[in-house]
Amino acid sequence: MIDSTMVLKGQTIAYTFYCIVIILLMVWFALRVTRGESKLIKPALFYSWVGFLTILGVSLHIITYNTIPWSPMDLHRGNYEPDKTFKITVEDHKFILPSEKLIIDCNDIVLFDVTSNDLTYGFGLFRQDNSMLFQMQVIPGHRNDILWQFSKSGVYTIRSTEYSGPKGVFMIEKDVVEVIGCEELTEQ
Amino acid sequence: MSFIQTLINGEQGLFKSITLTPMQKLTLRFVVVGLIYFGFVVIEGMLMRIYEITPVAFIKQNQFFAIMTAHPLVGIFGSTYSIVCGAFLFLVPFLMKKPIWSFKLANWTFIMITAGTFIFWSAGFISHYAPLYTLYWPLPADFNQFSPVGGAVFILGIAIVMVGTIFFIINIFGTIIYTPQGWEKQPAGALLASAIGYSGAENLFRKKEKRKEHLVSLPVAAIARGTIDMTFNTSVILFTGVLILVYMVAAILGFDLKETAIDALLYKNWFWWGLDLIADGLVLIFVAGTWYLLATLITGKPLFMQNIARAALLLELIVSWTVWSHHLLSDQAQPGILKVLSGEFVTAFELITQGLAFFITLVTLWSARPLKMTNELKFLLGGLLGFALAVPAGIMQADVGLNRILHNTQWVVGPHVHVAVLVGLTMTLYAAVYILFPILTNGAKLYSQKLANIHFWCHLTGGIGMGAFMGMAGLQGMLRRSLYIEGEFNIYMILAGICGGLLLIGFLSFFINIVMSVGLQGVIGIFRPSKMDPKVLLPAK
Repeated sequence: MIDSTMVLKGQTIAYTFYCIVIILLMVWFALRVTRGESKLIKPALFYSWVGFLTILGVSLHIITYNTIPWSPMDLHRGNYEPDKTFKITVEDHKFILPSEKLIIDCNDIVLFDVTSNDLTYGFGLFRQDNSMLFQMQVIPGHRNDILWQFSKSGVYTIRSTEYSGPKGVFMIEKDVVEVIGCEELTEQ
Repeated sequence: MSFIQTLINGEQGLFKSITLTPMQKLTLRFVVVGLIYFGFVVIEGMLMRIYEITPVAFIKQNQFFAIMTAHPLVGIFGSTYSIVCGAFLFLVPFLMKKPIWSFKLANWTFIMITAGTFIFWSAGFISHYAPLYTLYWPLPADFNQFSPVGGAVFILGIAIVMVGTIFFIINIFGTIIYTPQGWEKQPAGALLASAIGYSGAENLFRKKEKRKEHLVSLPVAAIARGTIDMTFNTSVILFTGVLILVYMVAAILGFDLKETAIDALLYKNWFWWGLDLIADGLVLIFVAGTWYLLATLITGKPLFMQNIARAALLLELIVSWTVWSHHLLSDQAQPGILKVLSGEFVTAFELITQGLAFFITLVTLWSARPLKMTNELKFLLGGLLGFALAVPAGIMQADVGLNRILHNTQWVVGPHVHVAVLVGLTMTLYAAVYILFPILTNGAKLYSQKLANIHFWCHLTGGIGMGAFMGMAGLQGMLRRSLYIEGEFNIYMILAGICGGLLLIGFLSFFINIVMSVGLQGVIGIFRPSKMDPKVLLPAK
């Protein structure tokens, strides 16, 4: 299953490639604009450019919607039945978890339902190497829920992903989420 | 001339502040103050870069976040607003060949932006008020963390800047539509319609022979349309400031107002709608207008696809009113329809509008080959490259799927924000400064081309490099507005810090170059009153 590591790798490759191309193009332009003769540019080139930008802008979202697994699940959360629900409260710059450890079985669809009793916070799950699995905002007075399907075993840390004043910088619950059983499923 | 003589009198003693008109002096004052505040921003940025590598003892944690709060606001209002307001208060009368509507009001804009910025900066420095520029409710009114007195002075400073901005808006539209004394009556309504794009939009539905001519030039139209966004965002920021002030004054008087009276999500929508009118509105419109002006001034040729460029500016204005939801893609209570339509698809239009401006500017330059690689041309190309890198980075994060793993990471603030502001916007402004320098100084000569080259390369590589390394850290999961005291992302932060050092060297090169060009006497002279008529824009040759 495609996970956030793979998506970020794809993004890194695509954006790096684009940056190299655009930088080389500007270098080429800067060198050539000081030489040669003036030439008329046909409007057809301009309209082709407009068409290209339009297709690019729209297709990005269509492609991601159809390839990133959490996109449709996120926009249509009501259509999914979670296997497990964790109700989490945030107050005074502290996460209050339903149990000391949140244990998740492999491939379970899990609903994290987070409520803030005071400020705007963030709720993110991070791997052992500090990379992000996902995050959402936690707004007081509103429902903040996210569905996630876990397909790899691992231990995750919860961290607030939104600034809530200097007191909130170290809102970290280390290694409190554990996904189990994926190795057994792979072996079978 | 010796070094000391040049330092005192300027390069070859060519700059004589006594020959400057009041408008020239005022514009130069705006630029000087804007550059000084940019210096603040660079130093603050470097302090934060150092703190991100290792939390140094002389900065406390709450001070670090106070710096982080002041840093973008001083950059936007103290530096960019100063330079932009100064340049446009000069350019609109210059391009329309008529005096400014009110010199007094222009002077008040200068005073209020300068003073307001200093007030909010010092309030943050002393009281450590640090809700960041995002001010997510109810953080700005969280008096368990922040002093209400410090916060009230901070907000007051912002409000003073906003009042100065209102004066700027009135002056810009006043200058466009008014009839100067002794002139034939100007068609105020038609001028306004042309400036804001109404008559251009009407032309779309008229037969070719019945189409109205454009009464204002394209750069003036860009300034007017960006100023419309400025009007809206000033109202939003002022209203929000008053709201926060009510809570602060109540707290100072001993009352505890209920924070839940304000809906946090509604507030966030309202605030981002207003704030995006700067980031995705007037910045992009003003920048496109400046690119067009620079391209025509550099080439001496008309702009390629001029009418389309004019229409694109109007489209950009409308787009800027409807894009704010890309900041709320990670807010689960935000309606899905707003996320998809406003957050994704309307935002994607910025790729089109900014892509058009990029293409039109490049083709206009290309059509005038061979061009001399002047300072204004190389900085313009740098500015174009900055937006070419930063806009697609922004479009990527404005995607429901990608935002889930990019929101609030260093990716947002690195390859998107810092590259757009430092490389795209600032290099465009530097191009404008270089091209306006001889006009505003009555022919003063630049002290050193070597320093100008150092400025260019250090700024370009430093800005892109810093954005790139921040972006790499962001893709590895590093959050913005946070601290990693165990050095988890130190390699990227050290490299970003080195790039920050390049930016500092670039800025110092530019600053020394300008001071040596006009001399210390010249700098002082800029702040002395001019005896000439304020209605005269440039001295008679």
